[in-house]
Amino acid sequence: MGRSVLLIEDEPNIIEAISFLLERDGWTVRLHTEGEGAVEAVAAASPDVVVLDVMLPGRSGFDILKELRQGAARPDLPVLMLTARGQTKDRELAHSYGVSCFMTKPFSNAQMLQTVRDLAEGRAPPADP
Amino acid sequence: MSEGDDKEVGPKAEHKPGRTTFLERSVYRRRRLIDAIKLLPVLGACLFLLPALILGGETGSTALRLVYFFFMWIVLIMLCAVLVRNLPAEPDD
Amino acid sequence: MVTFNILVTVAVAYVVALFVIAFYADRSARRGGNKWLRSPLTYTLSLSVYCTAWTFYGAVGNAARSGLEYLTIYLGPTLVFFAFWVLLRKLVRIGRAERITSIADLISSRFGKSTGLAVLVTSLAVMGTTPYIALQLQSVALSFAAFAPEGGDVNATALWVAAGLALFTILFGTRNLDANERHHGVVTAIAVEAVVKLVALLAVGMFVVWGVSGGLSDTLQIIESSPVAEWQPDAGRWVGMTFLSAAAVICLPRMFQVMVVENEDERHLTVASWAFPLYLLLISLFVLPIAAVGLAVLPEGANPDLFVVTLPLALDQEMLAMLAFLGGFSSATSMVIVAAIALSTMVSNHIVLPLWLSLQGPRATVSGDVRGVMILSRRLSIGAVLALGYAYFRVTGGTAALASIGLVSFAGVAQIMPALLGGLYWRGATRRGALAGLIVGFAVWGYTLFVPAIGLLPATIMEAGPLGLAWLRPQALFGMTGVDPLVHSIFWSIALNSVAFLAVSLVTFPSPIERLQSAAFVHVFERGGGGAGYVGGVAETEDLLVMAQRLLGAREAQALFQGAAAEQGKTGYLPDPSPEFVALLERELAGSVGAATAHAMVRQIDGNASVSVQDLLAVADESAQMLEYSSQLEAKSKELEQTARQLRDANEKLTALSVQKDDFLSQISHELRTPMTSIRSFSEFLMEGGMKAADRVRYSNIIHDESIRLTRLLDDLLDLSFLESGQVVLNAQVTALDALLERAVSSAGVGGLAVTRAPGGEGVMLRTDSDRLSQVFINLISNAQKYCDAETPELVISVRRSGDQVDIDFVDNGSGIPRDQESLIFEKFSRLSDHSSAGSAGLGLAICREVMARLGGTVHYVPGQGGAAFRVSLPLEPEMVAV
Repeated sequence: MGRSVLLIEDEPNIIEAISFLLERDGWTVRLHTEGEGAVEAVAAASPDVVVLDVMLPGRSGFDILKELRQGAARPDLPVLMLTARGQTKDRELAHSYGVSCFMTKPFSNAQMLQTVRDLAEGRAPPADP
Repeated sequence: MSEGDDKEVGPKAEHKPGRTTFLERSVYRRRRLIDAIKLLPVLGACLFLLPALILGGETGSTALRLVYFFFMWIVLIMLCAVLVRNLPAEPDD
Repeated sequence: MVTFNILVTVAVAYVVALFVIAFYADRSARRGGNKWLRSPLTYTLSLSVYCTAWTFYGAVGNAARSGLEYLTIYLGPTLVFFAFWVLLRKLVRIGRAERITSIADLISSRFGKSTGLAVLVTSLAVMGTTPYIALQLQSVALSFAAFAPEGGDVNATALWVAAGLALFTILFGTRNLDANERHHGVVTAIAVEAVVKLVALLAVGMFVVWGVSGGLSDTLQIIESSPVAEWQPDAGRWVGMTFLSAAAVICLPRMFQVMVVENEDERHLTVASWAFPLYLLLISLFVLPIAAVGLAVLPEGANPDLFVVTLPLALDQEMLAMLAFLGGFSSATSMVIVAAIALSTMVSNHIVLPLWLSLQGPRATVSGDVRGVMILSRRLSIGAVLALGYAYFRVTGGTAALASIGLVSFAGVAQIMPALLGGLYWRGATRRGALAGLIVGFAVWGYTLFVPAIGLLPATIMEAGPLGLAWLRPQALFGMTGVDPLVHSIFWSIALNSVAFLAVSLVTFPSPIERLQSAAFVHVFERGGGGAGYVGGVAETEDLLVMAQRLLGAREAQALFQGAAAEQGKTGYLPDPSPEFVALLERELAGSVGAATAHAMVRQIDGNASVSVQDLLAVADESAQMLEYSSQLEAKSKELEQTARQLRDANEKLTALSVQKDDFLSQISHELRTPMTSIRSFSEFLMEGGMKAADRVRYSNIIHDESIRLTRLLDDLLDLSFLESGQVVLNAQVTALDALLERAVSSAGVGGLAVTRAPGGEGVMLRTDSDRLSQVFINLISNAQKYCDAETPELVISVRRSGDQVDIDFVDNGSGIPRDQESLIFEKFSRLSDHSSAGSAGLGLAICREVMARLGGTVHYVPGQGGAAFRVSLPLEPEMVAV
């Protein structure tokens, strides 16, 4: 199918889980494991969907999201944000920066997969789980 | 008991800032001068009144007494003048 | 031959000269003054109003009759001026601080602004001074007569003199009501007169000693052989008269006027302390020689009270006699002028004005109106005082020797002294006490001295006592006989006066305003400011503001004052206390304190040019509940403010704590959710089934590891929470440090880390909780395992004793911790962002720090060791923090 996801995440076990989940569904999963250079990685990979963790070494996911939305190249790029902190103010912040979907860890595999699919097809994902 | 000197009584005095045991030399001098000034009327009263009390009713030379009183008088005046002239300008009170 | 007309011409010319001097001095003072006017010399010379015609003429008469006794009249004041530091300085300071206008004002002000006391002291002063003024008129008239027996009627002369003095006093004594009651013209004229009388007396004295007697020793010879030498000192009279003159110099209204009211600068007292005694010495120096020579030279029966003039006349020294006449004239006039000013101030302020105001009713609050009345009242009072003096002269003229009236007068005003001294030094003195003392003293003085002296008591009472009660004989009270009548009267009047004053003060209770005033008077030197540079307006307005704030409320009062200041063209909250402003303020205050304001208005006008706090407090005194209420409100609002501040502080603390708590929770959430995410995700995969066996094993392992990670995290959290809350039980035991380290290294499991233990210094025995210490070591070693980023990671553990503590260093060969993060590493969850490695909850170092604190030691990061370096320090005899 050729659909690709860029996963920006630093926890090895979570990387492994999400990669297994998506690759099994036929996605090409590219990986970036730190905050630094994430924006460039997005530009280079030009994925259909970006899955972005909030707590990253070097740079916070919010910063990266902000820069992605400011970059004129793909203002409508679907970005799924993941956080383990689970505070409402984080959710509000992410929405104010223009996140496509905001998801709290731990997530169910089915939900994660469905969200990525929806985002890629331009469907509005169900309200933030 | 007089006020404005270095011996006020009462609780207020104890909390006055600068009430230290050891004073600057000039401050100490000033206080002792004030003590001397305070003693002056006592000395004057002794010199002026005691002769009359002691010699009351006795006969004596009026001329001698005249000389005595005026001599003591002028001595006290000079003493007073010397004391107040040496009193430095008041630092606080 | 000096004719009466020449004498009159000279006298008039002299008076005109005085007018001119006074006029220019007044004008010069209004233009900012000249130095001479404000010099201590002028002040000292003006004090010489003490030396009246009684001194000038009467002292010689006294010496002729009673030898050296006349000296006591000068020795008393001398002692008082030597005592200036404790007495006069305080009097002057209070006079300035409280804007005292007279001795009656002082007594009244001290005892709660009592009108009764003011009237009483004023009456006393008038009774004591009127005979004295009569005396001056008589002496001037007699000295005229001595010159020119053919010329005119003695009574007419006295009348002219009285009229002239009234005119002078009205002209120069009532010009400047507003400017704090000082009369520069008068003071300067008095100072000039002081010089004239001193020069005159010295000239006559020198003429007598060197011109007549032929030198000092010859003069002493003449004295020795003269009748004056027959006098021998009487101890009672000597001490009594010294005391009397000392009391008089403080209490005489005219002395109070020049010494306190007219005082320009407190420091002038310092000079006057010796210069005035010197003046007195010079004035009295030739008195005895003149008396002795007069008795020897002049025909028997010549009036010794006029020797000063008649002696030069008899020896054909007309110019000298003229000078002596002018000296006597100066003495008399200066006394009358100052006494008239002082008395008229008292009469006008304490009797006439209050009466007028009470007759006027509430309309009296128009201030301009009152000022006109005030000046008129002063002028009329001066006229009345002199008329009274003249009347007294006409009634009793020539009946008593000059000296005796002087002493009677002294004894009268001396009755003020107990109340005055008590008021200055004793806070417990009350208004009723002062009133009782004054009335008793006054009555006893009148009965034992004044009435007998003017010959009003019938001989039967004098000899047998009233109603035949012998113990009430005026000159032998309670059977005290054989004592000089003057000493007798002084003794009983002052003693009974003091006893009444003290006793009544002790049993009565002072009103609030009295207590306020007693503090202001007794502790005048402890008040801030004051001193040489008296700042009139500002301090008072500030006091007014304080007062007004209490009654009107802070914001309203400030607005009122600010508005008034703006109207005067000033910025800030302190307008000048102009009559308009004070009137405005009083209207405002009336709304708060009601009817008492009319009373305050009276207070404002009587005595002080501007209203003082005490006046307004007098108002508040009437509505004491109001003040009480407002101070309660004040206390309450203070309390509220305090509570609010505490709440604000607590709130800030809570906010800070809440931020910390949020951060912490958010961190915990992250640390817990991260392993959960893996566990949930992989367990869902496993539940789906149908995956390769290798994957299944692998995923099971991940789940297993993450579960352990979660468990460890929870353990650490609980541990830290126990440590922080101090609920840890420590088991102290003696342990060898090297064994402990050995155990820690092996249980941490070195992994890829090469652990080197530097030998030496490890043979240390520690008394500590070895499990806990071991936990710290393990944490530090695993920290190095996780974060040491060197190719071949190494950790060197070395032990060193330094002083009474032991240091254990853990140094790895990694890149260490960036300087800006050194301070963070011991915080919870401070896992440094550069090192992304699973398995750390970031609580290890925080736990280390808590444990070490419990064990009485420390753990620090040591920078500059070529890698991450931690130093654990423990005291060798640790005081373990047992909780």
